[in-house]
Amino acid sequence: MHGMFKIDARRLLCPLPVIRTQDRIKELQPGDELSVLCSDPGTLHDIPAWCRVHGHQVIESSTVDDEIHFLIRVC
Amino acid sequence: MLAAKVIMDQGVHVEGINFFTGFCVEGHTHAIRHKDKAKAKRNNALWVADQLGMKLHIIDVIEDYKNVVLNPKHGYGQHLNPCLDCKIFMVNQAQAWAWLEENDFDFILTGEVVGQRPMSQRKDTMPVIARESGADERLLRPLSALNLPETLAEREGWVDRAKLFGFSGRNRKPQMALAASLGITEYSQPAGGCCFLTDAKYASKLADLWQARGEREYEMDDIMLLKIGRHIRPRAGFKLIVSREEGENNYLEGYKKTFRNLYPVSHKGPLTLVDGESDENDLQLAARVVARYSQGRDADQVTVCIRETDGATREIDVAPLPPSEIPDAWHV
Repeated sequence: MHGMFKIDARRLLCPLPVIRTQDRIKELQPGDELSVLCSDPGTLHDIPAWCRVHGHQVIESSTVDDEIHFLIRVC
Repeated sequence: MLAAKVIMDQGVHVEGINFFTGFCVEGHTHAIRHKDKAKAKRNNALWVADQLGMKLHIIDVIEDYKNVVLNPKHGYGQHLNPCLDCKIFMVNQAQAWAWLEENDFDFILTGEVVGQRPMSQRKDTMPVIARESGADERLLRPLSALNLPETLAEREGWVDRAKLFGFSGRNRKPQMALAASLGITEYSQPAGGCCFLTDAKYASKLADLWQARGEREYEMDDIMLLKIGRHIRPRAGFKLIVSREEGENNYLEGYKKTFRNLYPVSHKGPLTLVDGESDENDLQLAARVVARYSQGRDADQVTVCIRETDGATREIDVAPLPPSEIPDAWHV
């Protein structure tokens, strides 16, 4: 049974949203999913890049009204 | 990037560590200011890691780093940049060294080059970093290794010293040539500039903050706000942070419950935070400054809203302050 988790990184500027994502994922298990809500456009590059180098998967990303949402599967 | 690539090409498993001190230039202001929308918004360390296919660990050292900024044993550089203490801190037992031990790595490598920076990358100061950090002979500088004594990684044969380099001095052309030979065509700016503490204007704002508070301390929000807006101090204990454009307006909105703030309602213009104590005369002055930087700067009167931290608002009509009545000395 995999878990569904979320963090709110709105109003944080990069690299803080990445650090929050990184630190939360350290506590999760492979297969868990983490929803990350951001407002810094820098996350559009940084969070997918961080996931790529660590082998995690961004399974959804969307931007609505300057808010950016990522859904990450922990691998 | 180059140092990591050189060692990775020798078949060594390399992972990156990037320390976030709060003073890092990249990302922040670009992300805030609308006028910078066209600029690439990316963390350069992450971009490099992505290019090299290398894991990168970003470590928040904001709290621990305060002692480096406030009490640098080896002093400051040209501004408030404690470069030598900074390098020692990052390589030392509490940071990279501890990470190395926890994660079972054998040595630390950095991209330092002898003679490249006036304070932290001199032939006499680079051994100080190795010694005072505790990393000692586990610290390898692949780009400048041939100018320095052999380290453990070379002696143990983990890396081949013959394939390391002897770069020195401020000239980046040899590194650029090496980058080209390794197929690296894009890299971040090669001559420093990644730390706000090396910036004269920023350092002046930080020094002003300490002087106004009567103590050398800071919190994360303080150092963020120093990166944003015009900072105007009409008197000790009373400073205005005036946004310069829509992106900064939006960012400063996040502080409306922390600072009394003003904004024009009859015209478009800047959100302005009031830092410190302010009486009615101060608020009149603040409103006139807001009016001066609004689109009503040439109008006879501008209506300005004063918003308290609890959300209560009131409006006043003021004449914009002429530029001649804003002395240069007020601009921090």
